[in-house]
Amino acid sequence: MPARRLSIVLAEDSMLLREGLASILDRAGHEVRDAVGDGDALLAVVRKSPPDVVITDVRMPPGHSDEGLRAAAAIRAELPAIGILVLSQYVADAYLSSLLETTTGGIGYLLKDRVGHVTEFLASLDRVAEGGTVVDPEVVRQLLARRRDDGPLAALTPRELEVLALMAEGRVNASIAAELVVSEAAVRKHVGNIFAKLQLEDGLDRRVSAVLTYLRRQA
Amino acid sequence: MQRPESAWAALTMRRYLVSSWPWRSYAYLLSSVPVGVLTIAVLLVSVGVSAVLSPIVVGVLLLTLFPLYGVVIGSVERWRARLVLPSGIASPHAKLPPTMTRRERLKFRRREQASLRSLGYGVLLGTFVWIFSAAFAGMSAAVLVLTVLAPMIATDDEMGMGPWILDTTGEGFLFLFVFGPCFYVVSSYLLGVLAAAEASLAKALLGPREEELRRNVAELRRSRLDLVDAFETERARIERHLHDGVQQRLVGLTMTLGLAELDLPEGESKRLVVKAHGEAEAALADLREAVRGIHPRVLVDLGLEAAVREVADRMPLPVAVQVSLPDRLPAPIEAAAYFFVSETLGNVAKHAGATNCHVQAWVNRDRLVVTVTDDGQGGADPAQGTGLTGLVTRLDALGGTLDLSSPPGGPTRLRMECPCRLDD
Repeated sequence: MPARRLSIVLAEDSMLLREGLASILDRAGHEVRDAVGDGDALLAVVRKSPPDVVITDVRMPPGHSDEGLRAAAAIRAELPAIGILVLSQYVADAYLSSLLETTTGGIGYLLKDRVGHVTEFLASLDRVAEGGTVVDPEVVRQLLARRRDDGPLAALTPRELEVLALMAEGRVNASIAAELVVSEAAVRKHVGNIFAKLQLEDGLDRRVSAVLTYLRRQA
Repeated sequence: MQRPESAWAALTMRRYLVSSWPWRSYAYLLSSVPVGVLTIAVLLVSVGVSAVLSPIVVGVLLLTLFPLYGVVIGSVERWRARLVLPSGIASPHAKLPPTMTRRERLKFRRREQASLRSLGYGVLLGTFVWIFSAAFAGMSAAVLVLTVLAPMIATDDEMGMGPWILDTTGEGFLFLFVFGPCFYVVSSYLLGVLAAAEASLAKALLGPREEELRRNVAELRRSRLDLVDAFETERARIERHLHDGVQQRLVGLTMTLGLAELDLPEGESKRLVVKAHGEAEAALADLREAVRGIHPRVLVDLGLEAAVREVADRMPLPVAVQVSLPDRLPAPIEAAAYFFVSETLGNVAKHAGATNCHVQAWVNRDRLVVTVTDDGQGGADPAQGTGLTGLVTRLDALGGTLDLSSPPGGPTRLRMECPCRLDD
């Protein structure tokens, strides 16, 4: 049983994936309140009765463009309390940046492959529901890889970059420590260094979006 | 002495009478006889055959081939006109790409206005021009020959020139020296004017018309753009198919495998399911990469800048991106620019030995300019990049160009330029 039973609205145009996602969520004890196939329908059901979390595909009918993202932005503007988890087929941080532009917290951007890692996926969902930010590791890797050689990131040590990447995924220090097999104190020290080098205030749940927003600005 | 550009200009030369021009005029006017006779004969026979065959559809079909006669007449006449128009007459026909089949070419030519015009000229030539030319040039030639031969003829025979009867050699010479030059002067100018007039008529009907040239070029470009379009549409279709079909199924598979992992107890079967899960994910990653190469979604959704940044991100070397575009460009242009960048960056990563790379894109007076510069070893050979060849074809259809500068030792700089709009 999950920490909290979430009411969820699912937007995914592929029947196959909708069923798959619904059964995973159902199994985890969440309530899939509605499952819709396009952006307009998503907005309609969310407006009628807001769920805890919206899970949406990027591409949906009718245009098969970024309808899902646009619906997400609209929801965020109208009902900022709803967590939004965007599932994407692409490692494209351009979508992520448009998602993060207007918002902080309660946002997730995952590759669809990640859903198959059921436990991790459900943990990400919980984090989004709690107002946290989750970004797919693959996307983060790309973001960080780009700016290896320029700007203030050049000042970071490889270890600090690793920590930053994990932070950007929305992990807390304990989880980072476990991943890197170091003590939490060591992670705290790295995080402090990173914030100092990047001249960022130490925030709590906003640190991912702060980092990502910073990274976007460097583009 | 400067060569006159036309028969009209030649007529104004002071040395016209001692130049080759009078003789060229003769040659031009007289040579219209065989051409004119042959033309009218072929046309009449064809019309006759068509008329006879018209009850069966073949006759009507034959008529539709008439413009092709025009093409032949036009090319013969343009060649013949060089006699009095040294610079010749430019062909009014559109230049066709070498990839067109013979059938397509004939079809195109048949519908060209220029072919019909040439046919019209052929009819004029066959019914009127050659007769008129032959009458004047023939008569003039005959008189000239007689005049020259007058002393000889008058020796043996008597020769009547109007009221004047020549019957001695002396009279013949007198006639030649008195009348000859006058006649030569008058006839040369007269025939020069005639030849010039005929050549002008030929030029007017057989030469290119400005708006026609422009239209032909535009038409050709349109057809090539259609090709590029069809190509793009097909790519998008394949991409959608992979995305909506294969990719979704693979994702579904990873979900099912993920669920199965939860249920299975530790052991061999769980190990196999985990392995299968990993393989499905690897397949998904490969597919994602392939789909992106076919038709990048980001390009369609967010435009050139975002798409170029995505490519740059995936490169193993640092790539600085500077893109400043006013707004979205037409899809084929965005696609051409995107594939230019992705192909070029791929080459840089593979061959250049570069440590830094710089992509710039901007708009300069309605032309999109994209450059990719690297600090590698240089000496890049455009003939080696097969991917670039396809790009050149694409750019060509869009009216764009590709330039490479790669001195040994570097830096290498590739630059593409392309109009921002498709219809100019």
